[in-house]
Amino acid sequence: MSAPGSTAPAPGASRAAFSPNWLGRAGWLALLLYCIYAASLLDVTWSRFVIGLDQGAKFLDRMFPPNFSRWEAVLKGMKESLEISVLASVAGILISLPIGVMAARNLMPGWVSWPARALIAVCRTFHPVIVAIIFVKAVGFGALAGILALVIASIGFIGKLFAEAIEEISLKQVEAVRATGASFMNVILFGVLPQVFPRFIGFSTYQFDSNVRNSTMVGIVGAGGIGAPLFVAFQRFDYDVVCAILLAIIAVVFCCEILSNQVKKVFGEQRVAASG
Amino acid sequence: MTAGTAALERAALQPAALEFRRLGKSYLPGHPVLHEIDLAIQGQGLTAIIGPSGTGKSTLIRCVNRLVEPSSGQILLDGEDLTALRGRALRLARRRIGMVFQEYNLVERLTVIENLLCGRLGYVGAVAAWLRRFPQTDIDRAFELLDAVGLSAFAKTRADSLSGGQRQRVGIARALMQQPRLLLADEPTSSLDPKTSVEIMGLMQGLCEARGIPVIVNMHDVELAKRFASRIIGMSGGRVVFDGAPTALTDDHLKQIYGGEGWLE
Repeated sequence: MSAPGSTAPAPGASRAAFSPNWLGRAGWLALLLYCIYAASLLDVTWSRFVIGLDQGAKFLDRMFPPNFSRWEAVLKGMKESLEISVLASVAGILISLPIGVMAARNLMPGWVSWPARALIAVCRTFHPVIVAIIFVKAVGFGALAGILALVIASIGFIGKLFAEAIEEISLKQVEAVRATGASFMNVILFGVLPQVFPRFIGFSTYQFDSNVRNSTMVGIVGAGGIGAPLFVAFQRFDYDVVCAILLAIIAVVFCCEILSNQVKKVFGEQRVAASG
Repeated sequence: MTAGTAALERAALQPAALEFRRLGKSYLPGHPVLHEIDLAIQGQGLTAIIGPSGTGKSTLIRCVNRLVEPSSGQILLDGEDLTALRGRALRLARRRIGMVFQEYNLVERLTVIENLLCGRLGYVGAVAAWLRRFPQTDIDRAFELLDAVGLSAFAKTRADSLSGGQRQRVGIARALMQQPRLLLADEPTSSLDPKTSVEIMGLMQGLCEARGIPVIVNMHDVELAKRFASRIIGMSGGRVVFDGAPTALTDDHLKQIYGGEGWLE
């Protein structure tokens, strides 16, 4: 297979295995210089950091012990956040499945894949908080705006990664299923999905974790969930209440990560082997 | 649908007939890979197409089930022009043509039995396929074929844990699940060792002969072709340069097909 090289160097000359990448070195240097410049501009200095530490100590002091006296409000907000994230994840995953398939350029003609890719790109453009603000203005305060914002975020993330996963599949397997006379849907079900299903589960559980975190935040702009009480507590300088809410968020996010790991174990790799 | 089934039943009484009429294919305009191929393959038996790599063997048989689009000419299966089919009609025609691939092309993450049932995907709806609700007759046939290819113990094993020879057995069983009128095999033994190659060819020939299914096989290996084929077609440069019984294939023909002669010593 290997063709004999015809560019042997003159005897005595040493052969370099790696050629210097001057452009790359210049890039690294430019990045370093910019970081120094930006830090000097933004007053990021050691003395400023020490002042910040001092203030941080006072803040921490006022946070402890956490104040759970308003536990009913915390529980209600947390429950709402969880509901927002579950509903948004389910809806987002279900919607991003067909959109991801449509966006895969190896399965779909350009007139289908480009609009789908454009839709995904739009969904990815804005941070969930900005989308939440837009929906609060559009549909009013409350959980619906939060759910819609996180559905958009889910479509942007899962749709893009799912389409990319489909674009990396083996077309030989697809070709064989197509050669049996299978309909397009059956080709997707037997030729495409088995190849990407474990990765799809991975993306979905990751997005669920992400939605749980984001659902605690959309409330700050009035889109439902624990974010609103958190924001109020900050503004009232009730830092012990803030601490209680943060601890509740940590507990919920932690539990959800454990749950997603279990889901990945059950549905990820073994799912296909188990169904038979 | 019923009219089509009746026609198929009539046709099933006779051996399948495949005919290429002035079939041409160019991937790039002005650089034809196939030059107006005329061939008729009637009845059962194994027809081997031999020839050097890149001579259009693969293109020729992939034109039959339209994995490759022919540029000109016609291909008739039981009198129906396959090159004119679109959409649903094409899918119905593909159901009647089984195919075995060089790299097996099994769906790696599915079990062996699911891979066999892929052969029935032209007959079941999407919801039933998704829920794995195949007709019991299909499931029974799948297990029978699994017995026939000697893989009964592997029904619920995932395809990606099988060896090459086992995978090709699954590939043959999947193609036969279609109950095809015709079996196409694109270099079915080129990724296998010599012993397994003989086993696979024997299995394919035996199973198809018992079912009266004609087989068209692309292959490199001249000896293997002579051993199993009842007819050999030699191709070179996109043209048929030999067509006859294996016994009629001489070294002169092989020189014409593959060029040179040093390799024949």
